[in-house]
Amino acid sequence: MKVELENLTKRWGKFVGADGINLAIGDGEFVAFLGPSGCGKTTTLLMVAGIYKPSEGTIRFDGKVVNTVSPKDRNIGMVFQSYALYPHMTVYQNISYPLKLRKMPKRERRERAQDVADMMGIGDLMDRKPAMLSGGQQQRVALGRSLVKEPQLLLFDEPLSNLDARLRLSMRGEIKRLQMELGITSIYVTHDQVEAMTMADRIAVMKDGKLEAYAKPDELYDRPRTLFVAGFVGNPPMNFLKVEVTREDGEYRARAEGIDLLVPAERGEKAVIKGEVIMGIRPEDVSIADGGTQGEIYVVEPLGRDDLVDVRIGDIEIHVLANPTLGTKMGERTSLKFDTKEVQFFDPETEQSLIWN
Amino acid sequence: MTVRQRLWRGVPYLILVLSVLPIIVGYFWLVLSSFMTRTEGLLPVGNLTLKHWSFLLEPPFGRGYPSIWRVTLNTFLIAAFMTIVVVLVSALTGYALSRLNFPGRKGFLSLTLILHAFPSVTLLIGTFFVLRALNLYNTSLGVGLVMVGFEMPFGIWLMKGFFDGVSWDMERAALIDGASRLQVWWQVILPTIKPGIAALAIFAFISGWNAWLIPKTFTIGAGQQATLSVYLQNFQGETVAVDWGSVTAVGLFQLIPVAIFFIFTQDLLLNIYSGGAKGGA
Ligand SMILES: Nc1ncnc2c1ncn2[C@@H]1O[C@H](COP(=O)(O)OP(=O)(O)OP(=O)(O)O)[C@@H](O)[C@H]1O
Ligand SMILES: [Mg+2]
Repeated sequence: MKVELENLTKRWGKFVGADGINLAIGDGEFVAFLGPSGCGKTTTLLMVAGIYKPSEGTIRFDGKVVNTVSPKDRNIGMVFQSYALYPHMTVYQNISYPLKLRKMPKRERRERAQDVADMMGIGDLMDRKPAMLSGGQQQRVALGRSLVKEPQLLLFDEPLSNLDARLRLSMRGEIKRLQMELGITSIYVTHDQVEAMTMADRIAVMKDGKLEAYAKPDELYDRPRTLFVAGFVGNPPMNFLKVEVTREDGEYRARAEGIDLLVPAERGEKAVIKGEVIMGIRPEDVSIADGGTQGEIYVVEPLGRDDLVDVRIGDIEIHVLANPTLGTKMGERTSLKFDTKEVQFFDPETEQSLIWN
Repeated sequence: MTVRQRLWRGVPYLILVLSVLPIIVGYFWLVLSSFMTRTEGLLPVGNLTLKHWSFLLEPPFGRGYPSIWRVTLNTFLIAAFMTIVVVLVSALTGYALSRLNFPGRKGFLSLTLILHAFPSVTLLIGTFFVLRALNLYNTSLGVGLVMVGFEMPFGIWLMKGFFDGVSWDMERAALIDGASRLQVWWQVILPTIKPGIAALAIFAFISGWNAWLIPKTFTIGAGQQATLSVYLQNFQGETVAVDWGSVTAVGLFQLIPVAIFFIFTQDLLLNIYSGGAKGGA
């Protein structure tokens, strides 16, 4: 099923929860809503579900306006962060509840629920109450309940954020696989950019109720259109520093106190018009190597495979991913090499990209 | 464990036992004196007797007065009526107040709270005129309705507190699963606050069973509409000497169902505090 949101807005009095959202989701597509806490992800999702009435704008399912259609008639399934299982019902009763409401005969209900439960790997827990299940099992029940009525649209509201890291990783894969196999159009709300990047076909980045960007993961990563997107997508986050871009002898240079970098001409020429700009460079494009920009190691955070090293060049703070075998130590002098191939430039006033707009 | 530690462990028990001792002695005296011809102070004198319990077989005040069984039935009916109406209306009102945003919600809430805190005695005279105007004075229905009314603010606040504790997500999940609002309320929300419902039901029943002030005020004498508490008072008539033996026997008779009820439901009753505590606006 195709989903289109047009100028979708939700207000509570003067407060705007979602502000003129425009986006289209293709049939079978997996879209993530990504953004910091309170940016309106859940609000938007609940409007799509029919729980909140939009203050303005339209929601279309396969071209039909569904603004006034009640949730039960939208044929959607939803998984909540809190799982929202019915505590007084067994796993079987939870999963089959949507079917019971559709007045499906008991035998068919039993079969369908069992099929779904088996698919979720909880087929042998049917008679337990939710309180007797682990968090991961509860999550599977919630997922099963949302799938059992074969919905045309699946909505996920941070379904994995209450699970431990390892389980989150495996559930991530499972949900992704399930969605691909069943081909159900899905909206997945998360504030975890890794989750969004790894699972989604397209990501809608939200900020303060507004849609900030809507693009494929690699496009968001390589060609961020705003400072916010550049900073939010990618882990560890992109470094930002104020620089002055100039053109000298046909070459473009980005300068700040203690820093003088050669930047690619096709990117530099976009920034030179503005002069004073914000430069963005990802930690993986900076390395610790001799003969580069001089700085001092401020703090070292071991991440296991890499060390995240915070280097100060005067007042400028640069995060670098370094090999732990280098043995970087706090307080030492060091030297940084910048790979400026993927460097980004932003207008300091509008915070828009100077390269991609 | 040393002897000293053991002694220390006993201290809290000692304190608890001492503090409930007066109550235990009171009950003990109550039971004892209902079977004794006479008591002096706390000590029984005289012989064992069943005469104070004779009210079970014959009306003690002669003809024109109802039998104890009629009075018990009255009391039970009023308590049951009160339980059903209070629970049903409070559950619906509490749900609306907890979940829906309608004009006047805030005002209604504060009004309920004020009424809850209001001493109901001060409303008796006004209520009397209302009942008379409605032709409900000296009827069981009238008494029942007034008691329901006085119990309602408490019930509504309690239920609202319990509904507030139910997650919105669960309700939304049920709506998305295909339930109507009423189905959500009945099949999903109510079962999860069963302890609250049970607690309110027990509370309402006991307060109906023990009610004295309202039945006393809105019925005449110990007529056919009398409830147990009112009936009990007839033994303390102004003109004859108080028959304490019979008073204790009838008192015990009234107490027994409540005590049994209480033993079986005390766990549920404790829930009233976990749910009611959340009753903010
Ligand atoms: N029913 C409501 N009434 C008033 N304001 C609300 C309501 N629901 C949400 N809001 C406000 O709208 C904004 C967006 O909320 P929303 O729940 O959509 O955030 P979110 O992006 O899902 O955040 P999170 O990641 O924390 O879940 C928040 O500032 C929130 O306080
Ligand atoms: Mg949310």
